Amino acid sequence: MRGRGVEFEGRAWLFGDGISTDHIAPGRYFHLRSNLNELAKHVLEDAREDFAKNVQPGDIVVGGRNFGQGSSREHAPTIIKLAGVSAVIARSIARIFFRNCINVGLPVIICDTSGIAEGDILAIDLEKGLIEDKTRKLKIAFSPLPPVMTRILRDGGLVPHILKHGDFSIGT
Amino acid sequence: MGQTLAEKILSRHEGKGVKPGQFILAHVDWTLMQDGTGPLTVRQFEALGKDHLKDPARCLVFLDHAAPSPRRELSNDHHFLREFCEKTGAILNEVGDGVCHQLVAERHIAPAQVLFGADSHTCTAGAFGAYATGMGSTDVAVAMALGKTWLRVPETIHILLRGILQEGISGKDVILTLIGKLGADGANYQALEFGGSGLEGLDMESRLTIANMAVESGAKCGLFPSDEITRAYLEDQGREEAYVPVTPDEDAVYAREIAVDLDTIVPQVACPHTVDNVFPVDAPEVPKGPVQQVVIGTCTNGRVSDFAAAAKILQGRQRHPGTRLLIVPSSRRVLKALMEKNLLEVFLAAGATFVTPGCGPCVGVHAGALGDGERCLSTQNRNFKGRMGNPNAEIYLASPLTAAATAIEGKIADPRKFL
Repeated sequence: MRGRGVEFEGRAWLFGDGISTDHIAPGRYFHLRSNLNELAKHVLEDAREDFAKNVQPGDIVVGGRNFGQGSSREHAPTIIKLAGVSAVIARSIARIFFRNCINVGLPVIICDTSGIAEGDILAIDLEKGLIEDKTRKLKIAFSPLPPVMTRILRDGGLVPHILKHGDFSIGT
Repeated sequence: MGQTLAEKILSRHEGKGVKPGQFILAHVDWTLMQDGTGPLTVRQFEALGKDHLKDPARCLVFLDHAAPSPRRELSNDHHFLREFCEKTGAILNEVGDGVCHQLVAERHIAPAQVLFGADSHTCTAGAFGAYATGMGSTDVAVAMALGKTWLRVPETIHILLRGILQEGISGKDVILTLIGKLGADGANYQALEFGGSGLEGLDMESRLTIANMAVESGAKCGLFPSDEITRAYLEDQGREEAYVPVTPDEDAVYAREIAVDLDTIVPQVACPHTVDNVFPVDAPEVPKGPVQQVVIGTCTNGRVSDFAAAAKILQGRQRHPGTRLLIVPSSRRVLKALMEKNLLEVFLAAGATFVTPGCGPCVGVHAGALGDGERCLSTQNRNFKGRMGNPNAEIYLASPLTAAATAIEGKIADPRKFL
């Protein structure tokens, strides 16, 4: 994340509905879970074979409904982040995957993704709750994340958050 | 204002009233990790700079997903987890002991407790009226170190069960019916709470199957009130003192209510590649072609009553020559019960193969990975593309009875004709 850590820009990779953690981190690579850089070479392999080879730092994963459904494996958002992806945005996001994104410091946004096309350049402002599709001259508003999640994300994830503050510092 | 089960358990736990939508730091009784999520959990715990667990006797480590290990990288992961347990005093459950969710149900969980597990099917323990939910490795690492993590108190969907199941129909058909209605994200960020007069006819093992799959509708947890059935089950395990009554308030406020008439439920099949792609077994959407592998077991349907129901159909019959039949008991205790009840004989005579108590082929790591173009019918909880080790295979989900009938016929079959 650039600047104050809330604004960034990247190229869209489109994915369909119901992308599961088995698409993202397939069980047949179970043995690579203690070798995350190696596992990241297979990220999203069962959804799009071309993704892992061609993803560039800053690129943005754009999903449909229920992105990240299934397993609790935190390896899924972790290897998406390791692949250089700057944010995951989707029409809806499965609960465990969603909180795992926050905890590993991967920005995650729920919004209407139907107007976004493959390869579009997206500029995201997390605090304003705005995505600008620069290719299509389209603005998509979303509800900014609750403060608890923003604080964890800003610190780079839950472990850095706790190391920084000595405990939770989320004002519940 | 009255409280749902989720609100009640969390309020009791936090010593103050909580409301849906509120963010809290929830305190935890139990934490859980397995060999798939455990190594990352331990590394995140170490990254926190902590050298001791908040409550070692309530930190559970399970070697169940790749057990026995099929390759050296995973053997090394097992070794890493054993060392962690030795160092910290966390409770180690070895290869062959069983699936984490079954062992939690057999040995540990009590009504009204809170469990955060690095496994999405941690919600299984909701059958006891425990607030049990799946989270990631970091959440569990933090909960192990600090005894708490952040949580948004969920709204609750009330599932009103009425009537009684017909012969040949099981808890699996109930939850598949419900997931078909709700959709795979129909309960996202919410809790499911089961209630109504239909509860009286659902034994603990059916409740465990139903709670296990709550997450397949996106739910945080699938909660049952504790009752006489819960108490008797705990007593049977020699844990009667663990029983605590926990019920929702009569004026609890629910996000919505869904009624399910148990009498009308027929055998269900979830077709590839999503769990909500559910049809009655005889629907035209369910293929009539050959099934190469049938799996009975796992954390969803690997309990004694599941095998007893399947054995009733398989008794004196053979698996179809083109169909492999895998039996995966959910724990060593279940395996022992199968032996004592002479059920092993039934399965062996039917031509079945036994897999070590644990997750078996459900995770696609070992013990029954599918070949290209193969079709598998399993009693497990997920049929995602690639789930059983091969994205070029098809997975169908059904009850142990439907699985037994399918193993005999070599194609997806209605179990009721065998009863």
